[in-house]
Amino acid sequence: MGEFLGAVLKYSFMQNAVFAGVLASLASGLIGTYVVVKRITFISGGIAHTVLGGMGVAYYLGVDPLAGAIVAALGAAVLLGFVNVKAKQHEDTIIGALWAVGMAVGIVFMSLTPGYNVDLMSFLFGNILMVTNPVLRILIYLDLSIILLVTVFYRQFLLIAFDEEHARLRGLPVTFLYILLLCLIALTVVILIKIVGLIMVIALLTLPAAIAGLFTHTLGYMMGAATGLSLVFTLGGLAVAYNLDLPAGAVIVITAGLAYLLALGGQKLFINRLKAKAEKETQPSDGSLA
Amino acid sequence: MIPVIKLEGISFAYEDRLILENLNLEVKEKDFLAIIGPNGGGKTTLLRLILGTLRPNKGDLRVFGLAPKKARHLIGYVPQHGLFDQDFPISALDVVLTGRLGLHSLFPRYSATDLALAKEAMRTLAVEDLANLRYGELSGGQKQRVLIARALVGKPKLLILDEPTSSVDSRVEEDVYALLTELNEEITIIIVSHDLGFVSSYVDQVACLNRRMVIHTTEEITKDVVAGLYQSPMDMIEHQCNL
Repeated sequence: MGEFLGAVLKYSFMQNAVFAGVLASLASGLIGTYVVVKRITFISGGIAHTVLGGMGVAYYLGVDPLAGAIVAALGAAVLLGFVNVKAKQHEDTIIGALWAVGMAVGIVFMSLTPGYNVDLMSFLFGNILMVTNPVLRILIYLDLSIILLVTVFYRQFLLIAFDEEHARLRGLPVTFLYILLLCLIALTVVILIKIVGLIMVIALLTLPAAIAGLFTHTLGYMMGAATGLSLVFTLGGLAVAYNLDLPAGAVIVITAGLAYLLALGGQKLFINRLKAKAEKETQPSDGSLA
Repeated sequence: MIPVIKLEGISFAYEDRLILENLNLEVKEKDFLAIIGPNGGGKTTLLRLILGTLRPNKGDLRVFGLAPKKARHLIGYVPQHGLFDQDFPISALDVVLTGRLGLHSLFPRYSATDLALAKEAMRTLAVEDLANLRYGELSGGQKQRVLIARALVGKPKLLILDEPTSSVDSRVEEDVYALLTELNEEITIIIVSHDLGFVSSYVDQVACLNRRMVIHTTEEITKDVVAGLYQSPMDMIEHQCNL
């Protein structure tokens, strides 16, 4: 641990990594919570994998791949938003198609571009240790947009997640809000891809929020707890990976996965104990199962 | 005076399956109407037409003299309470507060007025003590009341309830209807139910819906009417028809 802290103080690439981890945790805590409560993990996966297409094309054209990623993610979000409204019965097929075709397009364009090899791996598996200053600046803007929009539309997003029909009856622009939410998921995915890569992005998007959801009762607390957990997994994973010289993204995801398992087990135990306690307290007063 | 709801020759079909055929209905202010009928008889479809989430294929439908979509702000809708994700992290108070959200609520917090109205509605429904509990933890009857409170904070002139007494016990059911009777002094109420027996002692009119609709005042309802509606004289229905 001391060695990790020393490295953070000494090397600017480590400081960037920690800062990127903080930004990723904020985005994942806020947006991952909506993904979990609205149960749109599969859609988020679709958006994430389409990103490779955008990166591939950007690479081929000689543009910044991060720009390609943002455009592709937003495009996929808008498209899937309309699919949900107009062709709901085919939704999961279309998501699956977009998922695979997005990756295929990315691979084709990357193979058309000479000398790409290193970067494909870092897109797929992330590389938190290679976050440069310009990238960090873009991540800051993305985070700020996410925080601003969640602050403004917190209640509207809550209502479309809990009861879309009621939102429609209250006159809310449900389709617009849903597509906006998918766009925020798209931006979050782009940030998280920098940390854990697109293959593992779903883990960091959903696991912290899922764990937080086991122990919290309001959306706001769930977001706070998810952000905290995400920070622990990202920085903890980074420290372990640094010390053992392992790939950071994978270690972060494994940390989150283990924590989720522990939390599920812990919750079962906790509930059983509560039940046992409740039964003990009710039994002497009356014999019935209250 | 403009009727609360006016249906003239309304028909609706999903693709080639006719769900509603030539419905005519007029609901006046402060009426208490029950729409009953078997599952698949078109009750939910009719509700959706009134709420403007579906459009009729034929006929004219006016709510407060307006197209249904434009009259939404005058309607308080209470869906079936069991439809929601039981694990959803939302408190009872937050559920009620969403009844104050509108197109123009962009400022990210509820106002003091919103909060006061929500608390008042919860007091009326005797659920103010549950404000901070998670919605999923409440009992069926409590959820029902929270959803009615949510509908009431929007100050509706028409309250529509979908199966308000499904999966609550008969004592709660009685409470719900006593409460609705009280609310009926101010506003028009429509309930949708498959359970006639209980409904008929509270409402003024019953619309029996099974693709076609027949309207009765509650005095007229006999076993034959109901048996005709369900097309088989089931024991359960005879039992419910002791008027």
